Amino acid sequence: MLSLERRYVDEVIAHAREDAPNECCGIIAGRDGRPTQLYRAVNAEASPYRYNVDPKDLLRIYRDLDNHGWDVLAIYHSHTHTEAYPSPTDVSLAAWPEAYYLIVSLADEAKPVLRAFRIQDGRVTEHELQVVDDAGAHLDAAR
Amino acid sequence: MAVEVRVTSTLRNLVGEKMVQGHGATVGELLEDLDARYPGFRAQISGKDGQLHRFVNVYLNDEDIRYLQALDTPVKPGDVASILPALAGGGLPALAGGAR
Repeated sequence: MLSLERRYVDEVIAHAREDAPNECCGIIAGRDGRPTQLYRAVNAEASPYRYNVDPKDLLRIYRDLDNHGWDVLAIYHSHTHTEAYPSPTDVSLAAWPEAYYLIVSLADEAKPVLRAFRIQDGRVTEHELQVVDDAGAHLDAAR
Repeated sequence: MAVEVRVTSTLRNLVGEKMVQGHGATVGELLEDLDARYPGFRAQISGKDGQLHRFVNVYLNDEDIRYLQALDTPVKPGDVASILPALAGGGLPALAGGAR
């Protein structure tokens, strides 16, 4: 299960809306499974159908989180027209088996859907996404 | 000469640490050295033709080696090489012509 404070969820959705119609992408760093910081990343593809974190931006972000002693907890991106489920492209390019893949769908603009997965050796498993307030209290599911 | 190579994710699991010393005069030689000591290292990042996968980023210090001399980029003591798998994907339609 991935537990995120509401502000992370709000930020992912805000980023997706700002970059629409293109896909957005970013990283949530964490320590011991707890989120510590969200990094918006530059989508080098600037496309409605693909994302690829700009390599220079990826190095910048990775260095910063590594210097803090954090890990890549989650990698997020948006699907602007399709459901919040890993596409064949997402699965074939998934190279971070220890990270959660968060996908936000804007297919229904009024009701963004956010879901969490792990993608390991081409296999997709969905994980519960728990949204908590800043004090850690359980609010509700994001879906 | 020895150059520090920082790895993550699957490569970190293979090497057992997030930093390893590689030996060689170029980035390509560093990778060959690591592959000799950690079998499967090259297979994680390059195809059968020896070229790096498009979705693997290799940096020397702050530069993506694509913008240097790629695998022929010379290295010197004190340099730091970093290997980061791309964070990439996307919704429909699937990438034309295959992803890699």
